[in-house]
Amino acid sequence: MTKKVNISVNHVTRLEGHGNIRLSASDGKVEHVEWQVPEAPRFFEAMVRGRSFEDIQTIVSRICGICSVTHSLASIKGIEDAMGIEVSEQTDKLRILCHYGEYIESHSLHVGYLVAPDLLGQNSVIPLIESHPDVVKTVIRLHRLGNTWMEIIGGRMTHPITLKPGGFTAIPSEQQLRELRKSIEEAVPDLKTLIKVVLSLADKLPAFDRDTEYIALKHPDYYTFYHGDIASTDTDETVPIQRFESVVNEHVVPQSTAKWCKWHRDSYAVGALSRFNINADMLLPMAAATAKEFGLEKGACNPYLNNVAQVIECAQVAEHSLQLIDELLTTGLKPEPVKVKPRAGEGVGCVEAPRGILFHRYAFDEKGLCTKANICIPTGQNHANIQKDFEALAPQIIDRDQNEIRLLLEMLVRSYDPCISCSTHYLNVEFV
Amino acid sequence: MSKLKVAFFDFACCEGCQLQVYNLEEEIIDLLELVEPVEWREAMTDTSDDYDAAIIEGSITRIEDERRLKSIREKAKVLIALGSCATTGGVNNLKNNFEMQDVKECVYGKDAKMPHLNTYPTKGVSEVVKVDYMVPGCPINIKEFSYIVRSLALGKEPKIPDYAVCVECKMKENVCRFEYDEICLGPITRAGCDAKCPSSGMWCFGCRGFVDKPNINAAKDVMAEYGKTIDDLRGKMLLFGSKQEF
Repeated sequence: MTKKVNISVNHVTRLEGHGNIRLSASDGKVEHVEWQVPEAPRFFEAMVRGRSFEDIQTIVSRICGICSVTHSLASIKGIEDAMGIEVSEQTDKLRILCHYGEYIESHSLHVGYLVAPDLLGQNSVIPLIESHPDVVKTVIRLHRLGNTWMEIIGGRMTHPITLKPGGFTAIPSEQQLRELRKSIEEAVPDLKTLIKVVLSLADKLPAFDRDTEYIALKHPDYYTFYHGDIASTDTDETVPIQRFESVVNEHVVPQSTAKWCKWHRDSYAVGALSRFNINADMLLPMAAATAKEFGLEKGACNPYLNNVAQVIECAQVAEHSLQLIDELLTTGLKPEPVKVKPRAGEGVGCVEAPRGILFHRYAFDEKGLCTKANICIPTGQNHANIQKDFEALAPQIIDRDQNEIRLLLEMLVRSYDPCISCSTHYLNVEFV
Repeated sequence: MSKLKVAFFDFACCEGCQLQVYNLEEEIIDLLELVEPVEWREAMTDTSDDYDAAIIEGSITRIEDERRLKSIREKAKVLIALGSCATTGGVNNLKNNFEMQDVKECVYGKDAKMPHLNTYPTKGVSEVVKVDYMVPGCPINIKEFSYIVRSLALGKEPKIPDYAVCVECKMKENVCRFEYDEICLGPITRAGCDAKCPSSGMWCFGCRGFVDKPNINAAKDVMAEYGKTIDDLRGKMLLFGSKQEF
């Protein structure tokens, strides 16, 4: 008798946005395995046309509820690039600090609420409240820290208010920064607990290596999430962000409705593991020690380890934030009213979202009204790589129980921390 | 007392309002004494057709969404619209300023005709089915959400503010945004957000929708005082409230 395996998951749970999994196999041979994206398209690039540069951040922040700070920063960097606006060192540091709040919030949410249930054999975090109350409370405290942090600098937990082209509409007080510093310091034991928990569960992460290309921002001096050029594990040369279209190479494939991306190979990965693989030698001491505890080194190519890289990055941003706050307090904060005079131009903003590199390109007319936009999101760049992982993983696990196969495929998708409602488009826009 | 069974469903949106539920932090644990989530894709694997309250996030932009929403409405005893995208169409309304063909071609080029990219002008949830309660805002105010869900679980009737953001803004002692030569929707927008934007140096862009009966004459007076017209106000409304009339 033929042994059939048919897996059809509609709307994979515990991830942001809608994705489906299809797998069919017979007699241990995978016939078809597919990662699909049925998200309702939202057409942001079309919607921003005709809107003032002043409104762009407010609109595009709404692309994503989880990485709204990242989208805000990418858009204002793009606008500043288009209009030749320079920002102060204070603005630069406060933005990076705000961005780090999002990392703590997003990574702790992903690892603690979305991934941990898989590692502990549960369907959601809710049963963990009873079975692992200390772990859940640790995650809650870290998550709240990230949120309070974004609120202090961005004015609100989700969809920041203060981040605008040229600078800030309002800045925190020095007292607020001192309090933030104290709560980050106090959160270090919680971070260590989270690290210990993930470490104790790390053997539950499937052993599955697949060599691929990793792409992330790179800066010569530090582990970057905000400044720098585009780097790849396949080449030593970096590409300026203004030429991102030559990296992402969006293209149509017959088996997927979403466009795929490729650079040197037929797919590439973005996200925490990519950043680690490119920048690991610049980690600060606590993060470097964490990486060592996990035995994670440059060249890691098990996609499930993205979750470990996220934990390492929590340590990295916490440590760097303490430095940034000290620098800001040493120079002293001063209000810097922003008045931007619009001008015609085109520019690119690029920032690392928790889930990978994000590109925004805008063109404006002389009144500062947007004439064109092109947004390339990290999850869009990962789709092809998820598919390639599926194709490599499925034959290795096809003799296992159907529920286990399904779980491993779902966990693989989750490990990328996809953010599908970011869905904007998957096409190149021709800029003239 | 049996717990209120709630199910979350998301349509076209950023899912940031569902995310706010996580932002209740420890309070989630208390809330779970009163409510039982039976479907919540962003958080749990389980699904269910048996729920008391359906919480709908996002706008309706496709015919298949409309069918799905109607089927949810049939199963739910009460239906709650969560966040601006659901209550008014939210930022997705910006799409309605253009022809749908143009919108699709702008983003998808030659692939615009592919059937899965079909879209129609954005609708709020109440344009498709009856909405019993709404939690407005982009994002929602999580305290308001918690209050509404608790009230329903305890059999009480929740009430949300029906006065303007200006009231909350004044209580925060903010300098009026009109003083900065900005156009602020505070005079006609429903309060309940703690005037977060004007308190952070931004004008109100009306994400919570308007109060039930906006006092347009008063708004006109404010506008006139600062040398602006009601049309300036209408221009600002395009961002979140283009559907609402006054």
